[in-house]
Amino acid sequence: MAAPAAVLLLVFHYLPTLGNIIAFQDYNPFVGDDPLDAFLNSEWIGFGNFEALFRDPLFWDAVRNTLSITAFQLVFFFPLPILLALILNSVVSGRLRGFVQSVVYLPHFFSWVLVVTFFVQMFGGAGLLAQEMRQAGLEPWGIMTNPDTFIVLVTAEAVWKDLGWGAIVFLAALSAIDQNLYEAAAADGAGRWRRLWHITLPGLRPVIVLLLIMRLGDALSVGFEQFILQREAVGRQAAEVLDTFVYYQAISTQQWGLGAAAGLFKAVVGLVLILTANKIAHRLGEQGVYSKS
Amino acid sequence: MTAQLSGAGPVPAAPATAGPPAPPPRRRHPGRPVWAGRPSTSLTIGKGVVLTLLVAAVLVPLWAVLVTSLASRGTIDDAGGMVMIPREFDPSAYITIFSGGDVTRAVWVSTLVTVFGTTVSLVLTVLAAYGLSRPGSVAHRGLLFYFLLTFLIFPGLVPSYLVVTGLGLKDSLWSLILPSAISVFNLVVIRAFFMNVPAELLDSARIDGAGELRILTRIVLPLSKAVIAVVGLFYAVGYWNVYFNAVLYIDSNDKFPIQRVLQSYILAGQSPNVSGASVNLPGVTAYPPTLAVKMAVVVVTVIPAVIIYPFVQRHFTKGVITGAVKG
Repeated sequence: MAAPAAVLLLVFHYLPTLGNIIAFQDYNPFVGDDPLDAFLNSEWIGFGNFEALFRDPLFWDAVRNTLSITAFQLVFFFPLPILLALILNSVVSGRLRGFVQSVVYLPHFFSWVLVVTFFVQMFGGAGLLAQEMRQAGLEPWGIMTNPDTFIVLVTAEAVWKDLGWGAIVFLAALSAIDQNLYEAAAADGAGRWRRLWHITLPGLRPVIVLLLIMRLGDALSVGFEQFILQREAVGRQAAEVLDTFVYYQAISTQQWGLGAAAGLFKAVVGLVLILTANKIAHRLGEQGVYSKS
Repeated sequence: MTAQLSGAGPVPAAPATAGPPAPPPRRRHPGRPVWAGRPSTSLTIGKGVVLTLLVAAVLVPLWAVLVTSLASRGTIDDAGGMVMIPREFDPSAYITIFSGGDVTRAVWVSTLVTVFGTTVSLVLTVLAAYGLSRPGSVAHRGLLFYFLLTFLIFPGLVPSYLVVTGLGLKDSLWSLILPSAISVFNLVVIRAFFMNVPAELLDSARIDGAGELRILTRIVLPLSKAVIAVVGLFYAVGYWNVYFNAVLYIDSNDKFPIQRVLQSYILAGQSPNVSGASVNLPGVTAYPPTLAVKMAVVVVTVIPAVIIYPFVQRHFTKGVITGAVKG
């Protein structure tokens, strides 16, 4: 019964994974009638693409941008869903909590085109904020076009989209904590903050570690559509991340081998990162993403 | 969601100073356990402010877009752009975009891709999840590994592009469906759910002579409506939101999905037929769309999510968590 799904994954996941070997070719689509034929006729150049890639300053710009954004979001985005879950969990009225949840989950289902659109209409040069500022006699500044603050902008967009959604998993972990622990702690005289520190946070730790590992394994992916949509507005220097670099090298400027090499580099580093993070988690006695079995 | 969490008592939250115990004994909320002290007033106010701001951050943009899409040209001019206070109900922007132009066509394309794609994805995912949920079925462990390995190794953009174009799917709507038809995450979620169906139930059906397909459709699926609804929503949202694959693979304007058209309207400020288009289609305006028209396109893009979402929302936690925890 799993056969049709397995075949689709074979064709659209595993076959392209193997196709990464064109990273070792000077792939030229015009030496064959179709991609397979072109692949068979293209010249093998060993690590030539990787040499060119590692000498390319644009590639290192993209790596630097990607890692900065990951680090920035780890500090300014990652803890927020935990805080929101704690706040929501402490709201006693079920109806109020349900309402807030319904509203804050919603943007998760919006496409990046929509999210960027909403930000443009609110904070762009012709947006609501700029129009109010002009009426108040102030000069609006380019929130959507300033490369220096782009990292804050993309993080704000990501928070707007996924803050609520990110809280779900923590809410579930909170509801799985044994309530008797709280009652016993309260009876022993532990106050609100001691209970938070000694019961709630330890209860959340496995989930936090799990998500940290997954985030670390994904350190080289910070999103894609969000960046190609805004690349024109803020310029390449700020908005080029690894994924957009691959796209522009390969498909726009037709340097297929170079693009594939960058993609392969990213995949291999990502795999190493996630395996390493998982190993560290095991060492620390956490469960991690997968068990050792 | 609410029902599941209401059993959970309140938990101390939010970093602020623990105020002195509030002296005036107000009425205890019935949902608050007896042992939990009353939070300090400043803490309560702080939480209220945070939640209000979050809700406003989502609702204000939606409101502004909706009101502006229904405003007349005069109202928009008076406001100097986005309108926050509705003055009249002027549906002319909607009449413009639905009188057969690129937006009308894009809505059809996206609806087609969403309905058809979701059906294909759900059927294939449910079949695979059922097959993998029965330990002892053919090559069970190997197949499971085969599916889960996709979480660790990814194809890059370049080879994927070459495979899709090599299969002749360029400029075909199949390119928006087939490459993303199977989400292994969704498969794992459904599988975890199926594994909770008691084996005795299935065995008794087998003794009565039911085949596997019959067991799946008559016993397992009716028990799994919640998770199927959630996964169906995930797939449908994915198809409705498809944007980048359309940039990669779709060349003809008459096959553009709605997100691609929205992107040209808002972020490029023009109909996709104006920029670099070869086809001249009826209903296409050469001049830039008005603000009301742009906002109407945004509303049309938002609406499907907003309509389906409330029906599925209460199943979120169940669906998302079973998958995450038991995967």
